[in-house]
Amino acid sequence: MIPLIQHEIVEKNQWMTNNEFTDIIAISQMTPGPIGINSATYAGYQATYNELATATASGEISNLTHYLLSVFGSFIATFSVCLPSFILLLIIAKMLVKYIANKNVKQVFAGLRPVIVGLIAASALLLMDSSNFGFATSERIISVLICAGVFLASWKYKIGPITLLIASGLLGLLIY
Amino acid sequence: MLPLIERDVVDKHKWIDKKGFLDLMTVAQSMPGIFAFNFAILIGHKIDKTRGSILCGLGAVIPSFLIILAIAISFSDYKDNEYVTKIFKGMRPAVVALLLVPLITTAKASHLTIKTGILAIAVALLITFVHINPVYIILAVAISSIIYGNIVCKKGTKNDESC
Repeated sequence: MIPLIQHEIVEKNQWMTNNEFTDIIAISQMTPGPIGINSATYAGYQATYNELATATASGEISNLTHYLLSVFGSFIATFSVCLPSFILLLIIAKMLVKYIANKNVKQVFAGLRPVIVGLIAASALLLMDSSNFGFATSERIISVLICAGVFLASWKYKIGPITLLIASGLLGLLIY
Repeated sequence: MLPLIERDVVDKHKWIDKKGFLDLMTVAQSMPGIFAFNFAILIGHKIDKTRGSILCGLGAVIPSFLIILAIAISFSDYKDNEYVTKIFKGMRPAVVALLLVPLITTAKASHLTIKTGILAIAVALLITFVHINPVYIILAVAISSIIYGNIVCKKGTKNDESC
C-alpha cells in the first residue's frame, strides 16, 4: 500500500516532498492503529495543508479555515482508503462466494506476488534520495550507517520498529 | 491486536465461533486494502449485516484517525524546531530500512524463480525510473495472469510450476 500512496502523493500530484512523506510514514508506524489508516489520515491532512499554504499566507483564507480544510482533507483521504475495501468486502460477505478456490483468482495472486516484491523495492528505491539521506556527504554517510544499522537490527535481531524509530530519532538528535 | 479481538468476539460475546473467526481472517488477509479494517467489516457483517459492518469499520478507523489528526495538527507548529528537525533527520533512513526488511521477507516467501525474479526487478525499475503508475502494472499483470492461466496452462499440458 505504501508504494501506491507514495506514487500518487509524491510523484504524480506532488502534494508534498519525499522527506515529508517519509516523516509521515515514520509517525504512522509509531502510532497505534493500522499504518494504512494512519498514513492516509496524516497524508490527507499534510497534502491539503501544503496546497492551501500560499492562500493562507496571502490572506485569502483564515488560519482557522486552513486547519478545517486540512482536517476535511484527512477525512477524505481516510474515507477513500476505506471505501473500495468496504464495498468489495460487503459484496463478498453477502455472496458467500468461495472465491479463494477459484482458479483464475489463484492465477492472479500467483502472478501478482513478484509484482508486489517489485512494488516494495520501488518504494524503497524512490525513498533513497537526498531529502531523506541528506545533501552533504557527511550527512549521507551517517544516514547510510543508520539505515544499515536499523536494517540489521530489525532483520537479524528482530528488534521492533517502534524501538528502532525512537532510537534513530535520538541518534539524529545527538549526531546532527 | 488479534488475540484481543479473538478474546472479545469469540470467547466473551460468542458472536462467531473460532473456525468462522479464522476463515474471516483468511479472507481479510487476501483481500486488497487494510487488514484490520477488512477484518472489522467481515466480523461486523456476521454480527449485524450491513449496519454491523459499518459500525465495526468505524470502530476500527475512528480512534487512529483522531489520534493522528491530533498529532498532525499540533505538529505543524513544531516542524521548524531544530530538535524536531534533527530527530526526523535520524528517523528517515530508518524508515527506508524498515521498508527493506519486508522486501527481503516477501521476496523469500514468494519463492522467486528466474522468470518471476526478472518480473519483480522489471516492475521495480519501471516504477522507480520510468514513473509508470503502479496501478496500471498491477492491472496488466492481473489480466495477463488470467490469460496465461487459461490459454497456456491447459489440461494435459506438461506441469509448469507457474500454472
